[in-house]
Amino acid sequence: MERIPILKMARFLLVSIQVDMDDRTALMLQDDLTTQIVKHRARGVLIDISSLDVVDSFIGRMLANTAAMARILDAETVVVGMQPSVAITLVELGLSLTGVRSALNVERGMELLHSIVDTPVESGPDDDREE
Amino acid sequence: MTIEKSESLPVRSGSEVVAVRHLVRRFAVDLGLSLVEQTKIVTAASELARNMVDYGGGGTMRAEALIEGARRGLRLVFDDQGPGIPDLDAALRDGFTTGNGMGLGLGGAKRLSNEFHIRTGPGEGTTVTIVRWKGGS
Repeated sequence: MERIPILKMARFLLVSIQVDMDDRTALMLQDDLTTQIVKHRARGVLIDISSLDVVDSFIGRMLANTAAMARILDAETVVVGMQPSVAITLVELGLSLTGVRSALNVERGMELLHSIVDTPVESGPDDDREE
Repeated sequence: MTIEKSESLPVRSGSEVVAVRHLVRRFAVDLGLSLVEQTKIVTAASELARNMVDYGGGGTMRAEALIEGARRGLRLVFDDQGPGIPDLDAALRDGFTTGNGMGLGLGGAKRLSNEFHIRTGPGEGTTVTIVRWKGGS
């Protein structure tokens, strides 16, 4: 069975899906990513799907689940490179990929991850401050 | 209507669902369907093939290249001998699922096709036929 490689780059994990995944391969990727986020204390996950010419409901669900799990583990997920024909088909299929951030390509995706992770958390009005 | 060529595949596992996607893509390309049309019918085929594996105990898929007058199309027939679908209206509604899917399989496949026919009944198996015509929007 094929296994999709996951690369670690500083605080981020990078995945480029280059094969037509069967359902088990997709589930294994979801599990591997979740495990690696914790192991490497990753703050962001970038998934490049520019090589995928089909995203059906199962793969769509895997992407949405991965993003949801990553968020619980304090990591953001960005899906990049979706082909226009795939996007058109996903909408007609009825899949909105709620909660999945997307970017045009890897470069934009990395910028987006940096902007999310590097933004300092605003302190609330009730915070104690030393004058 | 003439069937220009036809090919069948067994569909019993996830890897055979992938094989279905590749066969349908090849037929769609040979028929000259646009990239969006190709993607729609390959995606519909993937949903219906997975349904057969998950709910129908596996089955077969037959792809047929059609010529009808000036128009050309791709017909796919998914046939299983599984338990059948007891409540077809519910099964066609989005979000309905008896398994662990998203419940978009049947309704989604219908939306992605120009023609959609289903014959099913308890204990009678299920046959789903879809057609995508070239230029059929």
